[in-house]
Amino acid sequence: MSINGKAYVVGAYEHPTRFAPDKSVAQLHAECAAGALEDAGLSFSDVDGYFCAGDAPGGGPLPLADYMNLKLSWVNGTELGGCSYLAHIGHAAAAIAAGKCSVALITLAGKPRSQGVSVGTQPRVLSPDRPETPWDPPTRWSIAGIYGMYAMRHMHQYGTTAEQLAWVKVAASHHAQHNPLALLRKVVTVEDVLASPVIARPLHKLDCCVITDGGGALVLTRPEIARSLKQPLVKVLGCGETIKTNNGGELDVTRTGAERSGAAAFAEAGIGVGDIKYASVYDNFTIMVIMQLEDLGFCKKGEGGKFVADGNLISGVGKLPWNTDGGGLCNNHPMNRGGITKAIEAVRQLRGQAHPLVQVKNCDFALASGPGLVLGDGHAHATVIFGRE
Amino acid sequence: MNTVNHQSQAAPGFESDPYCGAFPELRAFWEATARGQLLVKTCKACERAHWYPRMFCPFCSSQDTEWREASGTGKIYAFSEVLRTEVPYVLAYVRLEEGPILMTNIVDADPAQLQIDQPVRVLFRPTQEGRDFPVFTPV
Repeated sequence: MSINGKAYVVGAYEHPTRFAPDKSVAQLHAECAAGALEDAGLSFSDVDGYFCAGDAPGGGPLPLADYMNLKLSWVNGTELGGCSYLAHIGHAAAAIAAGKCSVALITLAGKPRSQGVSVGTQPRVLSPDRPETPWDPPTRWSIAGIYGMYAMRHMHQYGTTAEQLAWVKVAASHHAQHNPLALLRKVVTVEDVLASPVIARPLHKLDCCVITDGGGALVLTRPEIARSLKQPLVKVLGCGETIKTNNGGELDVTRTGAERSGAAAFAEAGIGVGDIKYASVYDNFTIMVIMQLEDLGFCKKGEGGKFVADGNLISGVGKLPWNTDGGGLCNNHPMNRGGITKAIEAVRQLRGQAHPLVQVKNCDFALASGPGLVLGDGHAHATVIFGRE
Repeated sequence: MNTVNHQSQAAPGFESDPYCGAFPELRAFWEATARGQLLVKTCKACERAHWYPRMFCPFCSSQDTEWREASGTGKIYAFSEVLRTEVPYVLAYVRLEEGPILMTNIVDADPAQLQIDQPVRVLFRPTQEGRDFPVFTPV
């Protein structure tokens, strides 16, 4: 069964906070839910499907459903890290198409900034029952170290340069200057990126995303209800999700799960990469944007560095307007999970509600794509393609 | 590569190391590292070695696998010198001569001199919990 056209995103909300020491994670979730429902013109009593991931207190939907006192007929707690919320869009669309629920709410929230967590650079401690834990933690691997290795290999294999990586950050900063809520609004240059401290060679500090408190929420519903609501119509056209495994040690760290999730989403949407007018691509590290753009088909494998250079991702300047809110590199990365903000900015673009200085003209098709979790070279990945109606 | 028989001697710390205790089927690996040997799990059905070791072949799904002693040599597939940490270190993926790539550290080396495809050989360093873990150094 295809979900193409079966569900619409009618509510989208990005919490304005980037630092919330005086709020609980549960309250942040509820504030995000309230914001997205208000954006849709719906209320909590309309929600009959709820989707959340590992950031939800208690790790699943029960405590927050109880906190918000939701009356549910469909519940989903798929935990795929940062891309969970993109996968949830597909799961919500499928549940709506199957008649399991009519109004689906997706929430994300957390407060790593006020808790002082440096998730990207700390060695990871994982529970002993996970099958990779006898092998990975003794190396003291951190997320930054893993992505540093990806970048080293991509440079070795394809000639990608540190300057090309830096162009990804430069583009994000050009967009963030127009976002009053962005954590980092200063426009930076390639030289600024290269002059910032090295975190894990070859990645500099400005190749890494920000750490913020906050969250976001989305509301999806059936076509009949969507047409009765106030927002411009944003239809879900296609969804893909996967887990890229370490493949028994036969790995290629220059390839991402976007190869599978992107191909599945495009096939379901029935459009091609050339139709996409705006792309939200999860930017935990600059190298990951380059690899995903290749794997999604925006350029040939190995040519991502050239593709992003010289401002090609800057709205109004380059060929592919990307992360026009400033992305995770400059705007917001709530709970170290970038999936929901990617979907939210894609919805803004399709509605014509992005900042006027970054709004893409005639934005009829948009994509949101990203990875989640890290397990060596393994990760989850999800891609969603939306269309304006 | 030689087929390795299970030995009765216990690896130091095996009983108290939670990362060993959770995987009793991997005991032979840690007993071997305590002797300075690196084992790889190889599938008797498809003859492919995999990493990390498991009883189940990730390539052909056979459960007919065996430990074989690895050469202990390989080449650097990717590496990163991690600087934003208390004690800088080199995180690496090494491709074993037997085929699979494993996550490890490069030790006893000048990080500035390391290169992808550089030959390396195995050494063993104790983990916090006490088992001997394979790391690599330039040949």
